[in-house]
Amino acid sequence: MGDLVTISSNLLYASFFFYLIATFFFGGTIREKKTGNRGKASTIGISLTIAGFVTQLGYFFTRWVASQHAPVSNLFEFTTFFGMMLVMAFIIIYFIYRLDVIGLFALPVALLIIAYASMFPREISPLVPSLKSHWLYIHVTTAAVGEAILAISFVAGLIFLIRQIDQTKKSKHTFWLEFVIYSIFSTLGFIIMTTAFGAMDYQAQFQAPVEGQVVNVEYQMPAIVGPNAGELQTDGVMQPLLDAPEWMRGQDAARKLNTLIWSFLSGLVLYGIARLILRKRVAAALQPKLKKFNPDLIDEVSYRAVSIGFPVFTLGALIFAMIWAQEAWNRFWGWDPKEVWALITWLFYAFFLHLRLSRGWHGTKSAWLAVGGFAIIMFNLIAVNLVIAGLHSYA
Amino acid sequence: MKKIKCECGHVNPEGTVLCEACGKPIEGNQHIDGNIKDSLLNMRYEGSARRSQTYNRSMVDKVWNFFSSVKVGVWLIIITLVASSLGTIFPQEMYIPPGADPVTFYEDQYGLAGKIYYQLGFHNLYSSLWFMMLIALIGVSLVICSIDRVVPLHRALKKQKPKRHHTFLKRQRVFGETKANVDMDAFKSNLQKHRYKVREQDGHILAEKGRFSRWGPYVNHIGLILFLLGALLRFLPSMYIDDFVWIREGETEVVPSTGGQYYVKNEDFILENYDPEKDKRFQEALMNQDVPVASNYQTNAVIYERTNNDVVGAEPELQELSREKIVVNEPAKFGGFALYQSSFQLDEFSSMSFTLHETGDESAVLGEFTVDLTQPKMEYKLDSGAKVVIDEYFPEYYMDGNQPRSKSKFPKNPAFVFYVYPPDGGEPEVSFAGIGMNIDPTNENDYKLSLKGFDTRDVTGLAVKKDYTLPFMAVGGLIFMIGVIQGMYWNHRRIWLQPTEDGVWIAGHTNKNWYGLKRDIEKSIQNTRIEMPEDQQQLKG
Repeated sequence: MGDLVTISSNLLYASFFFYLIATFFFGGTIREKKTGNRGKASTIGISLTIAGFVTQLGYFFTRWVASQHAPVSNLFEFTTFFGMMLVMAFIIIYFIYRLDVIGLFALPVALLIIAYASMFPREISPLVPSLKSHWLYIHVTTAAVGEAILAISFVAGLIFLIRQIDQTKKSKHTFWLEFVIYSIFSTLGFIIMTTAFGAMDYQAQFQAPVEGQVVNVEYQMPAIVGPNAGELQTDGVMQPLLDAPEWMRGQDAARKLNTLIWSFLSGLVLYGIARLILRKRVAAALQPKLKKFNPDLIDEVSYRAVSIGFPVFTLGALIFAMIWAQEAWNRFWGWDPKEVWALITWLFYAFFLHLRLSRGWHGTKSAWLAVGGFAIIMFNLIAVNLVIAGLHSYA
Repeated sequence: MKKIKCECGHVNPEGTVLCEACGKPIEGNQHIDGNIKDSLLNMRYEGSARRSQTYNRSMVDKVWNFFSSVKVGVWLIIITLVASSLGTIFPQEMYIPPGADPVTFYEDQYGLAGKIYYQLGFHNLYSSLWFMMLIALIGVSLVICSIDRVVPLHRALKKQKPKRHHTFLKRQRVFGETKANVDMDAFKSNLQKHRYKVREQDGHILAEKGRFSRWGPYVNHIGLILFLLGALLRFLPSMYIDDFVWIREGETEVVPSTGGQYYVKNEDFILENYDPEKDKRFQEALMNQDVPVASNYQTNAVIYERTNNDVVGAEPELQELSREKIVVNEPAKFGGFALYQSSFQLDEFSSMSFTLHETGDESAVLGEFTVDLTQPKMEYKLDSGAKVVIDEYFPEYYMDGNQPRSKSKFPKNPAFVFYVYPPDGGEPEVSFAGIGMNIDPTNENDYKLSLKGFDTRDVTGLAVKKDYTLPFMAVGGLIFMIGVIQGMYWNHRRIWLQPTEDGVWIAGHTNKNWYGLKRDIEKSIQNTRIEMPEDQQQLKG
């Protein structure tokens, strides 16, 4: 057993490096003058992507054998799977449209997602009774595939916005585009900070009152924000600069807030460095490199991804979810926060489709909607799991 | 109704924008779809006459026009979206801890924001009248929007002729002129090879495929409407039952909401936890948890049906229907009902045995007795002639200030106030006894009650469900999926060809995926000398 688990996690590492190298090759395609004929870099890029995908499938199935249930049962497993499906969605779109630039943006997003997933506990976890059902992998995998295809629409939308938005003057568009880029930097910051302090084995213990009882709160990052009325127990570590506000409830609330602040600060540093080097908006620096791509086609990819992903998402995240909920909790719908946010995601893309089909929202407007849809998916994946506790709470 | 006759001879209904047969823009109606002279035609709904765009006089017209507007539909979606998200800020009332009073819970937990949340009724947002109204409005909008468009669209697509007016072709997004002698037969066979249905009229060609995808939106809307109707049916008790029953091990209870027809016996309730020694693969995860992780909740149950249901007041005669292992995810089903493993209570006390002896000498026993906690007797006569009377019984005892009280009627922490009458029939002594507790309030008692033993048993909580609305929902969901796939995974593509004096005109239209249409045209003009048409609506680079 132990061996299989090791093999499995090594395969995951390997796929990570495949994706990373593939990204550089897709980056190389930008320099090629022509867009029509595929050059060498493109062929190598997609080959490496497929190799990475197959390797990651290896991770998935070896872990399945080791744990004896589909590895989609905790935040690490689900998020990793989501990253894998994002790569799969990209491969499909690549063979329809042959656009290297999608790979240049989709693979880094997948890399970030997989790295983000690895920040959470990676051990194989047992299934509680309500998760013991074939619907676990039917519902969860289909929902992840749907979300991954929808995520391609975000990738294409982002490329469209970087290419199209007028960078000669400051506007709401340039601001929000930089904000999206900053959010990506913050995710990177979170990964770097968690890994760095994890490698240092950083720990700080607090004793703080929670719900009238004094409990131990453990920090794995230096406390910028300590627990409300908490007392530091560990010697020789940083004293918190501030206390978490009193209205934040729960044992882990202050720790999560602290992690969030670290992510935002490190993201700000990374973004600041990028600005210092580039001496202009990050999107403005990227824009010239994307000029050779046809914006119409990018816009169409973004829409196409929604039209392919929306039915899959409906099936996985709503219909299969309802069938399982009927079996497990004897009600197919319970207004649990995760369910509600799946419905919100669905409503949002229904909104997207109606605006596009009936009201002719194309181009920039449509691209912003694709970005918004992805933000909702990420909110459901991250915030609803970690902040709004409910039946689906993994962490 | 005022009919409009086009120069091609076709008679169109009032409000038509583009002639149903030849596509010629009808003068005076171009504002309806916002067509500007010489620019591309708005091809949505084929320029057919929609009721909502034609009449706006009576009250009915106005209501119809309101609900048939996509703008209104889109606003309804956005409002529902925002409203739904509001309900996740704090937990809904059904998810707050059992027994918590919502009046104080929200304010205590979340301060002023929580208080406002509660006062606005957001703690029950999804069952509130206004939220349901919102869903109902979406339902109405779905019906009216669909009818308003599907009927004229169907008509227009049925009446279309291969021979189109030249302005129609010229004002398509994909359009091109070829000045050459072209090979029409090769063109036609190329189109057929790509599964186009080709029709011809006076040398004009219409090649079409995937028309059925145009019905996708209407099919999926029908599915949604069925689904919403199913949800509405839940308000009928004959369609939908949601009940609950607690059953102690060894006991048989009538299944509520079945009119006394079904009974269920709890033979055994089983709770199993993961064992880090046995389940090696989970060892690391289990070690990181402070509390054991459950692997199974199960009730071994027997389902009975009453055979003498018609005899009022008689003892029920039960016939065994089936023996079931009710596990989470595997309900027991019988006669349209389903029993779900939903809750449990471990180690509820079932009986307590006491010994009465002289204070300070446990060997001087005056007798023993056992209290059945579900049906405690008023008094227990002992062999020695002593008598114990139960004065008060607290099934789930706790101290409220200095006053003993019971939290519930379930024997989770039983305690008693006993009157002990000595064998000689003297004055009774008061004794207070429970689990791990034996209080002599006066400190002068001659006799003492000691707990000798107790029995416990588990209680299982089963949810009782009958749901005849599920088929509606299932069919609704299925139809929605069919419709949405039909509309999204196929597209309606048309290619027109028109002979001119010195060559041909070619035009193309699709409801989505222009890239695919252009590739189809590319392939079908191979070896025909027809030039590739241009996309007249490229986004400016």
